[in-house]
Amino acid sequence: MLEWPPWDEVASILMLRDYNTRIVVIGASLLGLGGGVIGTFMLLRKRALMSDVISHATLPGIGFAFLIMTAAGGTGKSLAGLLIGALISGTIGMGAVLLIRAQTRLKEDAVLGVVLSVFFGLGVVIMRIIQNTDMGHAAGLESFIYGKTASMLASDVYWIAIAAAIITAICALLYKEFELLCFDQDFAGSLGWRVHLMDAMMMGLVVAITVIGLQAVGLILIIALLIIPPAAARFWTHHLLQMLMISAFIGAASCLLGSLASALPPRLNGESMRLPAGATIVVFAAAFFLVSMVFGTAHGMLRRWIERFSLSRKISQQHLLRMLYEAHHGETAQRVSDPTPLSVCLPRDFLLENSTWSSGQLHGILAALRRKGEIKEPGGNMFCLTESGIRTAARVVRNHRLWEVYLVRYADIAPFHVDYSADQIEHVLGDELVAGLDRVLQSDHPGLVIPESPHPLPYGAASSAPTVGTSS
Amino acid sequence: MKKMLFPLRRTIDSGEGLGAEHPASAPVSIDDMTVAYHRRPVLWDIEYDSPEGELIGIVGPNGAGKSTLIKAIMDLVPMAAGRVRIYGEPYTRHRRLVGYVPQRESVDWDFPVNALDVVAMGRYGEIGWCRRVSRSHKDASMAALDRVGMADYARRQISQLSGGQQQRVFLARALAQDAKIYFMDEPLAGVDAATEQAIIALLQDLITGGKTVFVVHHDLQTVADYFSHLILLNMRIVASGPTREVFTEENLRKTYGGKLQLLDEASQALARGGI
Repeated sequence: MLEWPPWDEVASILMLRDYNTRIVVIGASLLGLGGGVIGTFMLLRKRALMSDVISHATLPGIGFAFLIMTAAGGTGKSLAGLLIGALISGTIGMGAVLLIRAQTRLKEDAVLGVVLSVFFGLGVVIMRIIQNTDMGHAAGLESFIYGKTASMLASDVYWIAIAAAIITAICALLYKEFELLCFDQDFAGSLGWRVHLMDAMMMGLVVAITVIGLQAVGLILIIALLIIPPAAARFWTHHLLQMLMISAFIGAASCLLGSLASALPPRLNGESMRLPAGATIVVFAAAFFLVSMVFGTAHGMLRRWIERFSLSRKISQQHLLRMLYEAHHGETAQRVSDPTPLSVCLPRDFLLENSTWSSGQLHGILAALRRKGEIKEPGGNMFCLTESGIRTAARVVRNHRLWEVYLVRYADIAPFHVDYSADQIEHVLGDELVAGLDRVLQSDHPGLVIPESPHPLPYGAASSAPTVGTSS
Repeated sequence: MKKMLFPLRRTIDSGEGLGAEHPASAPVSIDDMTVAYHRRPVLWDIEYDSPEGELIGIVGPNGAGKSTLIKAIMDLVPMAAGRVRIYGEPYTRHRRLVGYVPQRESVDWDFPVNALDVVAMGRYGEIGWCRRVSRSHKDASMAALDRVGMADYARRQISQLSGGQQQRVFLARALAQDAKIYFMDEPLAGVDAATEQAIIALLQDLITGGKTVFVVHHDLQTVADYFSHLILLNMRIVASGPTREVFTEENLRKTYGGKLQLLDEASQALARGGI
């Protein structure tokens, strides 16, 4: 039977009353913060997978450190010693990647794959040797692979805090240097910056956070703290500083929630099912990522869908207004002297036949325009432009024809300006250019209000329109 | 020593203030430069002294080493042999005098910065490490954006700019560097006609202001109109000098037709010895 932990236990954990919980939660959050900050630069430098290589490359170092310390007569369990071993072999792994990439023609992904698997394989072999030779107390070493957040000590948190503070401080000081390095390394080099040195510094920070975080999250999952928060943050902003802050927040928040959830195990048949903290943290980070991917205000999927949908709706509505208007005024120019047309109506069937809309789509477009007061339905399946609709349609037709003229005349210069969805062509091209376009057209056709359509209208001119309805 | 003496003429003639600040020497002089990637030579025995205050086109077929030449001058690519001097001194001494416009495709335009941020990067050498971008540097960057007609787009994220606009932003960044010598890698590649005219006008403006500008260019039709001096390059310098002197059919054939000629000779040799 599945049983949730009792409320007082939940409350005591959430309020961080328990000393151990407090230690673990603070340590994990700081770790997430540091990972989110340096991870942002790694992601933008397109080196995200490099951190995975570094973390896997720490394993043989941990094994060797254990062997050396045991041979020297110790228990081999000194954490500082093990971490120094991790630091050294992580750095060697990173160096191996940089060296192989610089000296051979191998592509980056192949180099990463080779170094990662070789180092991790070596590490596994050493671990097995340690177990087989029965040095007894080797059991704790496995925790470096999968992590053991719950057993974090105050001294661990102390180190994590220092590492996170150093990383944040360096990234703040070298913000603009790292920004340029990630964006344009050639330009940075032309300024005389030592690109390799800066890369090494950035990598050094990654090695630091990796080694410090090994115990908490484990070397397999630590990459999640370096990639997922910045990747999620990118969906929310187009600005680097904001991306850094959001990434740091997501990193810290998922570590906080993950370690809390892991401290609150549900009981199955009376037995506590303690979830591994590292994996729980990654699950929370993934939740943040999914939410960001869908709802992100800068790049999110929802925003894209809405933009696409509203654009196509707007274009459909303008298209229908144009159909009504042009069916009555035809492709010849509408002159100033022409009286304002009183009846601008078309039957539903004509609209359906002369467009690509389905009956349902047309219904939706007509309903939307009716709500806006642009058209009315006097009955008999006829649809007429209202006075406001006539004005709107005239503007839409004018814009459309000006765009067409613009394309014919200036497309070779600046086609990227064309934006049919713009309400006013002047907003895109500027008053001056539009006035110029107008002038050119006026000189060809004096008295022109709406420029002539440069191509024949697909559904014929006024004379051939099937019907002209009446409206009062 | 001849390298030091030859360009004196121009500096003295033009009477530019530079002669006082720097040793009277060519803006760029290259001695015996060879560059190789993995044992394959890309540039061979490059000897060159540039004139001052001219718009210099670097022209040659694909793979001729045009980009490599300017990268090697700026120490972005290691030289196998040779020496580069800027106003008679090593490049490292006069780095601030050199501005750079890399190829537009060399960077990720989805990077989370806006146009003004990119232009401000041109001031980073001036600002120095660990310092923030101050108000005055922002103003200078804004002025540079304005000069390329992009002031209205300062806050636009760079992925939302068209190719021509991105190229203008890169030029504005170089302007913000306020250099004496500019190296531009295909600044006219993939831009629309209006932008091309605007960029050329801007380059002429720089020349009028006494700058020396090197431009990697790929369109032979416009070479004679745009550039007063040329470097015809195909692994080695085929010809260099004033455009009216070196932009000849024979030089072009040597620059572009070399590979074809070799192929012809090879096929003739095969035909003679074959069957």
